[in-house]
Amino acid sequence: MVTNVTNFSRSGLYDWMAQRVTAVVLAAYSLFLLGYILANPGMGYAEWQGLFANSWMRIFSLMSLVALSAHAWIGLWSVTTDYLTPMTLGKWATGVRFLVQALCGVIMFVLFVWGVQILWGI
Amino acid sequence: MLTVVTPMVTGTSCKCLPDNSPCSLGLSKCEYAVNSQRPVNLDLRTIKLPNTAISSILHRITGVILFVGIAVLLYGLDKSLVSEQGFAEVKECLTSPLAKFVVWGLLSGLMYHLTAGIRHLIMDLDIGVSLESGKLGANLVFIISAILIVLMGVWIW
Ligand code: HEM
Repeated sequence: MVTNVTNFSRSGLYDWMAQRVTAVVLAAYSLFLLGYILANPGMGYAEWQGLFANSWMRIFSLMSLVALSAHAWIGLWSVTTDYLTPMTLGKWATGVRFLVQALCGVIMFVLFVWGVQILWGI
Repeated sequence: MLTVVTPMVTGTSCKCLPDNSPCSLGLSKCEYAVNSQRPVNLDLRTIKLPNTAISSILHRITGVILFVGIAVLLYGLDKSLVSEQGFAEVKECLTSPLAKFVVWGLLSGLMYHLTAGIRHLIMDLDIGVSLESGKLGANLVFIISAILIVLMGVWIW
């Protein structure tokens, strides 16, 4: 059996809900950004930079970055918990899974900090 | 879990059913399930996939692809925002066939994950969860995302 001490919130139900709420935020952000680029063909630097300099855009972007971090973590946790099990990996499964999940967490954290730097560096 | 099979005497309570409901074959229900000789296959590697399962696994695969893609997108965003020159470089880079293909690949992943994700949310509202509508929904996701993916390709090239 795979235990769930490594999940996001100690509660599967809360994880499930967080996965959905963050999905809505990510859908809104990706559709907005895609729509914006599509609606402004041949956009120049000034306009692009201006978009991300808006306070509301920074808030929207940061919110999406937070949503992304939670969504990706919960998602990758589900995936690793499903496949990296004693059935597929044998007796080292728990250790391997823990390390892979830790790696996912570290990568996501680095991406998050990088994203914040991008948003506030301009 | 109980592995010892204890013969039931009428009137004795079951070992592991909280409601003490009557047991068949002289075993408590859970003893019966554990000791049953029915073949059980929970090995994901040997299970055949119907289209609903394919739509589900693709959602998973595209989710992982998107995770990998975040680094690429952040790199481009960083460069494009940091200076006029960086912006020009990103634009220049996006004219190369390889970059176009990568961006198209990521957008395709996003389109599929997004469509299947929205279907997921709709089903979480208890809509379209019967076997028939589940199959229909999976096929709709294939069709809609395929159209979006082609449109993304048209836009990029
Ligand atoms: C843009 C970056 C995104 C990334 C990196 C991402 C990543 C992932 C990953 C890795 C999973 C786990 C897959 C699984 O458990 O099978 C997942 C699940 C999910 N994603 Fe996303 N996703 C993104 C965007 C979205 C968007 C825009 C939606 C919009 C509707 C969405 C909806 C969902 C839903 C509903 C689930 C839960 C599936 C389940 O519980 O089985 N995701 N995502």
